[in-house]
Amino acid sequence: MSTTLADLVAQLDAFRDATLAQLAVADSLDALEAVRASSVGRTRGALNDYKAQLPKLAGADKPTFGARFNAVKVELEAAIDARHAALSASAPAAAALDLSMPARRQWRGAKHPVTIVLEEIEGIFRDLGFTIATGPEAEHEWYNFGALNFPPDHPAMDMHDTLYLERGGLLRTHTSPVQIRTLQSYPPPIRIIAPGNVFRRDFFDASHAPMFAQIEGMAVDEGISFVDLKATLANFANRFFGETKTRFRPSFFPFTEPSAEMDVACRICNGAGCATCKQTGWVEILGCGMMHPAVLESAGVDSQKYSGWAFGMGPARMALQRFGIPDIRIQYDSDIAFLEQFAQ
Amino acid sequence: MNASYEWLKAIVPFDYTPEQLRDLITARCCPVDELVRLRADLASVVVGQVVEAGAHPDSDHLWVTKVDAGKGELLDVVCGAPNVKVGAKYPFAAAGTTLPGGLKLEKRKIRGATSNGMLCSARELGLGEEHDGILELNTNLPPGAPFLDAMPVGDTRIVVDVTPNRPDLLSHVGIAREIAAATGGTAALPTLDGATAKVPAAARGDREGSAGPVRVTLEDPEGCPRLTGVFIRGVKVGPSPAWLVERLVAVGSRSINNVVDATNYMLHEVGQPMHAYDAKLLAGPAIVARRARAGETLRTLDGVNRTLDPSMTVIADAERAQGVAGVMGGSTSEVSDATTDIFLEVAYFDPSSIRRTRRALQLSTDASYRFERGVDIEGIPRALERAAQLLIAVAGGSIEGAPIDLYPVPRHALSITIDSARVAKLLGEPVAEPDIATLLAPVGFAVGAFANARASVTVPTWRPDVTQSVDLVEEIARLRGYDSFSNELRPFRRGTVPNSPLAVLTKRVRERCVSAGLLEALSMPFVRGGDDSHVKLANPMAEDEGYLRRDLLETLAKRAEHNLAQRHRDVRLFEIGSVFAPTPAGLPREEMRVAAIVLGHRHPPHWSDTSAPDFDEWDAKGLAELIATAIGGAAQTELRAAPDSSALWEVAIYGEARGVVRRLALDAPVWAPAAFGVEITLVHVSSAPVAPPGQSKLEHPDLGAPTSHFNFKPFPSTPSTFVDVALLVPNDLAVSRVESVIREASGELLESLSLLSEYRGAGIAEGFRSVAWRLTFRHPERTLRDKEVAGRRDKLLRTLEGELGVRQRTT
Repeated sequence: MSTTLADLVAQLDAFRDATLAQLAVADSLDALEAVRASSVGRTRGALNDYKAQLPKLAGADKPTFGARFNAVKVELEAAIDARHAALSASAPAAAALDLSMPARRQWRGAKHPVTIVLEEIEGIFRDLGFTIATGPEAEHEWYNFGALNFPPDHPAMDMHDTLYLERGGLLRTHTSPVQIRTLQSYPPPIRIIAPGNVFRRDFFDASHAPMFAQIEGMAVDEGISFVDLKATLANFANRFFGETKTRFRPSFFPFTEPSAEMDVACRICNGAGCATCKQTGWVEILGCGMMHPAVLESAGVDSQKYSGWAFGMGPARMALQRFGIPDIRIQYDSDIAFLEQFAQ
Repeated sequence: MNASYEWLKAIVPFDYTPEQLRDLITARCCPVDELVRLRADLASVVVGQVVEAGAHPDSDHLWVTKVDAGKGELLDVVCGAPNVKVGAKYPFAAAGTTLPGGLKLEKRKIRGATSNGMLCSARELGLGEEHDGILELNTNLPPGAPFLDAMPVGDTRIVVDVTPNRPDLLSHVGIAREIAAATGGTAALPTLDGATAKVPAAARGDREGSAGPVRVTLEDPEGCPRLTGVFIRGVKVGPSPAWLVERLVAVGSRSINNVVDATNYMLHEVGQPMHAYDAKLLAGPAIVARRARAGETLRTLDGVNRTLDPSMTVIADAERAQGVAGVMGGSTSEVSDATTDIFLEVAYFDPSSIRRTRRALQLSTDASYRFERGVDIEGIPRALERAAQLLIAVAGGSIEGAPIDLYPVPRHALSITIDSARVAKLLGEPVAEPDIATLLAPVGFAVGAFANARASVTVPTWRPDVTQSVDLVEEIARLRGYDSFSNELRPFRRGTVPNSPLAVLTKRVRERCVSAGLLEALSMPFVRGGDDSHVKLANPMAEDEGYLRRDLLETLAKRAEHNLAQRHRDVRLFEIGSVFAPTPAGLPREEMRVAAIVLGHRHPPHWSDTSAPDFDEWDAKGLAELIATAIGGAAQTELRAAPDSSALWEVAIYGEARGVVRRLALDAPVWAPAAFGVEITLVHVSSAPVAPPGQSKLEHPDLGAPTSHFNFKPFPSTPSTFVDVALLVPNDLAVSRVESVIREASGELLESLSLLSEYRGAGIAEGFRSVAWRLTFRHPERTLRDKEVAGRRDKLLRTLEGELGVRQRTT
């Protein structure tokens, strides 16, 4: 062995690396013991040979090499211990592993079922050229009602039992205020969807909750028509539900004219009529319509030049259907026995 | 709106089954919630076929039969009917069935022969008086089929969910008009038995006039734009004829007496509410439509004493209020058995005023429901005439004087110009001009001749919802059928709106949380609150839900507690949601946040490791780092000691305190592991108005500036060298402080610094701990010489001792 410091250190490092490599492939306690004995072993260990070189070094180099030696020794011993622990845990040796035993697992996370449905809807509309807009949950009355053509003291207000804030404003009853905020911010053409939570003064029951997710959609441009509305939403339904029959029928919303609701053929009975669809063969999916000129004007959009359509639907109820969840309240319990089912 | 199938059929002929009618109304008008078979009491009666019939051994008029009722076995049934025939089918009620009238059938012996039920006559089924024999069914249905399928009897109630814009559909006439438009038939009011009394032409007036002896005054034309009435002398109050009772029962209304029933009949048939007063109980006798006086009280027909105010319109006599106009009559002038003279009021009340009044009184009635939506002001004279005729037909009496009609400002029918080019543009398909007229005319619109694509359309007075041309576009579309329009996807232009940064960030953070093994929770934002730090609701649903959460952990902790109550020990939840903080004026400050709670096993326990550890502070800190770096990136994220003891760490992103990591004190069972919470603000959600109403403030469309960019660092080709140091660090000296000195003193060749261990105990002085680090050095261009590393190490140890008084551990 050479006795210059640099050479000695290089050799020591090489020895360390070689030993670590042997450890990595030692696949039984016996093999490990062999490596241990030949490296750091008190009697036959090769490390002893390096220690023996110490006196041959120049005086100034002795502490440097000494420290280095100690570091390598500590590192190797630790590595041997770690390997020993690992082999003990998985002992007996590889040949004797019972491979049928369960794996070591990690906790698996999951999105909430309503989020899963929302993201699926978002994905379909993204393909149809829509981007995502958002808005606040605590809103001005004007954005929630006035701008959306709700006449004051009109029975249409009964469709929106509202939670008001003591210092003014309200919790939005639908995501439609985002229509106005977006139209005030960006010029047409506009194609957006707006997911978010909305609030109604509805007491909890199997199908009602005071807060629930809604997703709004809006397309505004020159020449946007009722056919565009039907085509886009029917296309959505076919992608979300699989090839399905849709039905559009009259409805009423102050902010759309004509107003419509879209039904899809009941998935439970295939349209024959059952308890789920109240014997009609159809399940209501969303409300929609051509945007009322007053709504466009309230957001500063020229309703002679531009037209648009909008829709709103409830992913919370769609999640009930999609996953066969019997009661909307389960969605808000956040019981891990429920949520873990969505960790796919 | 409850409609009767038979009643509709009496107004307009059609061949639809109730199901077909439901689909028609749904496709053209509004949804039908439900079909109610009114003879549901016959639902358990089935088709029974007589397979054998023999004379009863112990009777000369009874038969012993064997009946196939679809049960797989033949039933012994004793029957007394002379017309029983082998092979014929009859309505069969098995033992256990309850027949109309309440008779519950039981298995019993009749003169020694067992009978398991009954073959029924028409009378036993409540279908008439015929009881000479059992009802023979002419049907192909097999034994066991429901009797109602073999013989549809009884009316069907059609529950129509009428949208608030269509008051015209709140009557049988209105729905029949839509059916007629679909069939091409004609809707006409049915002739009523004996309703032939000649009603004189009404006397017109502005503010006052008389109907017989009753002086009628209109003081509040704003709340009551039209007030009409008729005086009828000599009625005899009593029960209504069966046909009238049947109509009312079919729509779910109760028969009261012939006079009240006549007015209710009119409400359901033509949609015009009206009220009959006992004229002898009216002071004056007078009828005055006026505002209520401040503090005026009235006992309404439901027996409740109500205090009125001057915003409300009342119908009064010469002295006091006799009814809340358009909402409910008063009990003082209620029609009773003693009533002989009647004043019948038929009026139009202002919809907004009715709505405010019924909300203030919390009193919603069939009448207020219709007035609030708008009745047909021009249909009132016809409704008055028919009501008077019906009333006289069922209760007798005769009209005295002429009816009065106070209508100071007659309404003019509205005319709207329709543009066929605009119709085509909005609907996306042209509708031929002649078709527009053909579609609109049957539901009452008068369409003038088209010239240059335009025509004038006169709106029927029962359609207050149609006020502008888009309303006509909807009429055209729905009458042609929404489903007749194409579903063809046409080209579109790309929008100008970039994805909301909030949505982008939320998605990124959610993915990060899910990948960390967390489950997404959803909690209501309502809390008990009770102090100024929370936003208060004006009309909360429950006392303990009167405020909005200020922190997500407030409500997420409740979800963790729910899980503990379900005996779940390992809980890992996250939530992304809004929180609200009060501001001195205006809307709350709203933030979108993410929060996480962990407790229980760090990993799912595995058989190889029986000492599976629980989540601790360091897991919580790591989780916070993981989430925070999804927001700001590693370089912008720092976790520092919280400024007060309410939290462990403060999460700083871009140098701004944006979140906390804390231990949570849950309401938890004794076996529950320690719980840790993380909460970080994603963004402030502005609720400031974008622009004033009617205006826009267009932003330059910004399709997303590239967000976080980092530069790739070439990986080194030179070897690294490390040294380990173990230092004695005083307990009150932060490790982060020591680390910053190490970094500074080690210079730029220090590639990484990692903490190896912390040790307290034997060999370490009280008040100290031994903390070991590994320092990895690397020169980008050459191999470091040991000397250089040793030199840096020595310098480092001197600096540590000099600056912090920290020494190397020596053992």
